[in-house]
Amino acid sequence: MSLLQDLIDINLSDSTEKIIAEYIWIGGSGMDLRSKARTLSKVESDPQKLPKWNYDGSSTDQAPGDDSEVILYPQAVFKDPFRRGNNILVMCDAYTPGGVPIPTNKRFNAATIFSHPEVATEEPWYGIEQEYTLLQKDLHWPLGWPVGGFPGPQGPYYCGIGADKAFGRQIVDSHYKACLYAGINISGINGEVMPGQWEFQVGPAVGISAGDELWVARYILERITELAGVVLSFDPKPIPGDWNGAGAHTNYSTKSMRNEGGIDVIKKAIEKLGLRHKEHISAYGEGNDRRLTGRHETADINTFSWGVANRGASIRVGRDTEQAGKGYFEDRRPASNMDPYVVTSMIAETTLLWKP
Amino acid sequence: MWGSLLMNNQRLRTKSSAKFRVFAIKSENSTVSRLDDLLNLDVTPYTDKIIAEYIWIGGTGIDLRSKSRTISKPVKHPLELPKWNYDGSSTGQAPGEDSEVILYPQAIFKDPFRGGNNILVICDSYTPSGEPIPTNKRHRAAQIFSNKKVIDEVPWYGIEQEYTLLQTNVKWPLGWPVGGYPGPQGPYYCSAGADKSFGRDISDAHYKACLYAGINISGTNGEVMPGQWEFQVGPSVGIEAGDDVWCARYILERITEQAGVVLSLDPKPIEGDWNGAGCHTNYSTKSMREEGGFEVIKKAILNLSLRHKDHISAYGEGNERRLTGKHETADINTFSWGVANRGCSIRVGRETEKQGKGYLEDRRPASNMDPYVVTSLLAETTLLWEPTLEAEALAAQKLALQV
Repeated sequence: MSLLQDLIDINLSDSTEKIIAEYIWIGGSGMDLRSKARTLSKVESDPQKLPKWNYDGSSTDQAPGDDSEVILYPQAVFKDPFRRGNNILVMCDAYTPGGVPIPTNKRFNAATIFSHPEVATEEPWYGIEQEYTLLQKDLHWPLGWPVGGFPGPQGPYYCGIGADKAFGRQIVDSHYKACLYAGINISGINGEVMPGQWEFQVGPAVGISAGDELWVARYILERITELAGVVLSFDPKPIPGDWNGAGAHTNYSTKSMRNEGGIDVIKKAIEKLGLRHKEHISAYGEGNDRRLTGRHETADINTFSWGVANRGASIRVGRDTEQAGKGYFEDRRPASNMDPYVVTSMIAETTLLWKP
Repeated sequence: MWGSLLMNNQRLRTKSSAKFRVFAIKSENSTVSRLDDLLNLDVTPYTDKIIAEYIWIGGTGIDLRSKSRTISKPVKHPLELPKWNYDGSSTGQAPGEDSEVILYPQAIFKDPFRGGNNILVICDSYTPSGEPIPTNKRHRAAQIFSNKKVIDEVPWYGIEQEYTLLQTNVKWPLGWPVGGYPGPQGPYYCSAGADKSFGRDISDAHYKACLYAGINISGTNGEVMPGQWEFQVGPSVGIEAGDDVWCARYILERITEQAGVVLSLDPKPIEGDWNGAGCHTNYSTKSMREEGGFEVIKKAILNLSLRHKDHISAYGEGNERRLTGKHETADINTFSWGVANRGCSIRVGRETEKQGKGYLEDRRPASNMDPYVVTSLLAETTLLWEPTLEAEALAAQKLALQV
């Protein structure tokens, strides 16, 4: 074993009480993740007890050079699957020194919505299905695809196995275990319809934690693709033509939907979503118009529709929900590059707080 | 001499194509591979949760699909696992506007890729209202195997799965020179050596992985055609034979995926003077295994001879390219049997003949057969189906003449 590997794997708990905390935040594009590490004097898992920190916002397009400090508020803590031991990952959001959330901080508004009593009592649950594409590093062409050409058409790849059908499983499988280790509520994975595309699901998570968990899961995924020498893409339509896009279907339920008579609550909620279709679409991810064409298991971006077991609709209600008379529904509109803070809070806002 | 010079040149190339590239991933950025650490991570100290890989058969009847989900704690029995569903419109098994197909867990095995308490789950597919979908062959097999007559006879199966390994981008067998052929068959069966045995690591890894998983794998061997291998599963009772073989096929394709090699279950991958790939099915019932069993075996063969066409049509697509009467097969249109005869439809071993009891080997099934179909059809024809007395007498005469 190389000396480098030995050093990376040193178990610090044998020699010191100190731990390493990796502070993670979202950068200026709203999609780029950033992180840096600091030493803490002892084990701590309560985000409220962790120190605030700051970073150079002028290097992430979030502050001007002459007033560059952006403050990091720790919001959620997870175990670090790369450093292990007692080391942690800390999901943060960003504020001005005066305590005001900066414009790209979408968590603050979401947290406000989720603490609203009418929302909190309904205990909104989210299950988010994050799709993503793996690209060869220097070419930005999907992993496993021949350079200068295309693989055979879609059909054999969905949940497929074999060297000619599944590309990059090592990344997906190590991500699964790393998330379980970290304490993220990862509920499953599968190979997707387009070769080189995969999906993982996080949930059920309550309220604001859905966003925290999904962002940290994305962080862990990109750290893993970094190790693997492969590029991660959350573009909603990475390859134009007869190839599926990538989405982030968001499954949602409230206490009333999960109890007797829930199916009627679900139908009312879907109606309200239908009345705010344009507002939701504009917040569901950049470039979604390339993906929501009405083909490749999507609904057209300009039309709102819903159906039971219908993968061509904007909202899909599962057969088991229909049969049981209660359950949840799936909003299939969000793109893979959506911000989960925005999508989860907007669904809660429209269905629980908004009056048409 | 000239031939051996050629072999020398090709030896280098065959060596590199026989070497296993762990697919995808060497990074220039990081100097150590921490991906392996994460893949092999034992999460049991940190959580009770386990990962269950649900496996099902797709729309072609031979494509395996799988996806995984987290289960809150370890389970022992498939009934403890929740039913699930998948997008049937992506596997040719449902239309887009009504796409949900339901998965019923039927058999559990330990997951050799994830270790710990993680599991593989063999499932079959149903409509939301509980009807088996048309490609679900397990359901009918399970019905046959729950028939009292069949249960009482405790049917045992030993299935010999042959398969061919292909190079990834050219779909030409592993170890074969691209644009040419290796030396003719002869040296390869059960051989060793870099010029005769291609892909042993896959066969060996598969053997241990199946033992770990709890599959009743009974042996492996290199086959007559270079780049072709065989493993055997059994003896398995009733419906388990199908579950065991499908899970063994799944593990095999996951291993070839890691090795960067393509798995083929085609019954005649290369035309010409090259063996095909079969799935010989050894079969016995309680009566066959006891005193006087040989007579029971002969009666079973009689029944099988009268349903030859029905069996053949269910024994795998493309079998007509393989069952030619050459290369250790019987011609597809003729039913025959014999002791120790590899050119027959049914072979009875010398041991069975000597002892007066034992089992028979149906050599007709192709490598791409569905074990649920083949095993249940054998049970049905020999235990549940009765020919007319006339037909029986005629067949007895015909077969006795041939022996």
